[in-house]
Amino acid sequence: MRLLSIELYKLWHNRISKILIFSYFILIFSIAILSTIKVEIGPINFHLADQGIFNFPYIWHFNSFMIGLLKIFFAVIIVAMIGNEYSYKTLKQNLIDGLSKEEFLRSKVYAILAFVGISTLLVFLISLVLGGIYSDYNELQIVFSDLEYLLAYAIKLFGFFSLCLFLGLLIKRSAFALGFLALWQIIEGICFGLMKWKLSDLIPSLSAEQIFRFFPLNAMGNLIKEPFSRLSAIQNIADQIGEGFTKDYGVSTLNLCIVLAWSSLFLWWSLLLLKKRDL
Amino acid sequence: MSNILLQLDQLSKSFGNLKAVDQLSLTLEKGNVYGLLGPNGSGKSTTLGMILNVINPTSGSFSWYQGALTTHQALKKIGAIIERPNFYPYMTASQNLKLICKIKQCSHESIEEKLILVGLWERRHSKFKTFSLGMKQRLAIAAALVNNPDLLILDEPTNGLDPEGIHQIRKLITSIAELGTTILLASHLLDEVEKVCNHVIVLKEGVKFYEGPVDEISQSFGFFELKATDRKILTDFIKTLPEVKEMKLESNHLKVFLKAELSEEVLSKKLAEANIYCTHFVKKHPSLEDQFLTLTQS
Repeated sequence: MRLLSIELYKLWHNRISKILIFSYFILIFSIAILSTIKVEIGPINFHLADQGIFNFPYIWHFNSFMIGLLKIFFAVIIVAMIGNEYSYKTLKQNLIDGLSKEEFLRSKVYAILAFVGISTLLVFLISLVLGGIYSDYNELQIVFSDLEYLLAYAIKLFGFFSLCLFLGLLIKRSAFALGFLALWQIIEGICFGLMKWKLSDLIPSLSAEQIFRFFPLNAMGNLIKEPFSRLSAIQNIADQIGEGFTKDYGVSTLNLCIVLAWSSLFLWWSLLLLKKRDL
Repeated sequence: MSNILLQLDQLSKSFGNLKAVDQLSLTLEKGNVYGLLGPNGSGKSTTLGMILNVINPTSGSFSWYQGALTTHQALKKIGAIIERPNFYPYMTASQNLKLICKIKQCSHESIEEKLILVGLWERRHSKFKTFSLGMKQRLAIAAALVNNPDLLILDEPTNGLDPEGIHQIRKLITSIAELGTTILLASHLLDEVEKVCNHVIVLKEGVKFYEGPVDEISQSFGFFELKATDRKILTDFIKTLPEVKEMKLESNHLKVFLKAELSEEVLSKKLAEANIYCTHFVKKHPSLEDQFLTLTQS
């Protein structure tokens, strides 16, 4: 608690991070605005909320995916909170004042956990309310099924933020760390492309997808698959044009484990980096 | 309770091929005011960095409170300023101090007292980034004192300040030393050290060069500067005195170094008896600076 309160104190008194944190949480609420989208063009009367996106249990999937996209906002805060400690040299001062390197890292991780917790709770509450208003099914059994999407959401966020924390520590400058994050995404893409192109020639028994699912960013993305093609309206269209597809939208335990393994690696590397470096 | 605060045992740090600190052993005890002397690049800051948990030693070890506390626990009970004041620029003076209290787990009560001590109480609600360098340095001293530390470590506290700022900081250090706080003052400014310290440690190229009480380092019988109309008679007479170690002719006057006590009164009497009258007659004690230069240049 002491470590968490130290970190929150640092964030709370920084105007920029305060604004970012607030806008993040406000943006989460903005998903509710989706429900008000109504398009009326002559005979076509389109009300997004009637398309079934807010049906239980599908809403857990939809909201956790959509709100998950906002995580980049929080990534900026995390990278900045590490970058600032380096540029203000306050990391050095914190250590001199008697914080151990491990405690320093823990205070950051606790802050991340707290925000992941609050964010997950908000997703839960918003989905519950929106679902309550718009869902066609309101039986408790259906309402509370598929809640594993929330778990996947929390772990996806935690994994992503651990990566941000590690990059922030590694690179020390917020802007460069964010740039590197983007670069990482591109590198993963290129690796996948290369593997798809060459791997099957080298080792026929392995497919590129099998390996690619172990890449950190891809593994985080895989946790919650895109929900749009699961919408009945779109499924119907697909069926009509004969492109009926079956896709596994579930949350796989293996993916959860991969992301958790990456998170622990990133945190472990962060600690090693802190311990090894002279300031 | 033992008085030993800090022990260094063969502490070394290399940066590549450069040995910044070489097998340094030291013991700091409560109640003393230590001066850590050395030219720029002699390893002072590296040594402090190691005992303050920000630089990893290459070899050797150190222990706080004889190993009763881990380093980071011990650091909560001391106060340190190294090089430049580092605070969160977006927080006010008192917010910064409150954060330090959270880290050090000490009560917020003394914040007011310390801010008054360094003369920043009126500016407590101003953001750190609006402060001048002198004010930042004073805030750093307040921060280092906020837990009423067992040991106060100051690394070049007057570096980069204007004369007014230097004067304020020195006055502060002297008054803190008078309160009985144990201080370790690293500096290359010797008069600074000479004024407040009772113990000095001299570093040169990472090696301990001298350690001992400050009066011992300047222990000597002093020297006379003499001038007379007839220099030859004067030199011949001085040569006969048993207390004289050596003579040097320097910018027109004779510098006479002593190896035993010889007061102004006795010498002038002896000269008068020999019928020699000086046009210039001064007895001087070498400053710490002279001693330091002889030590580090030899």
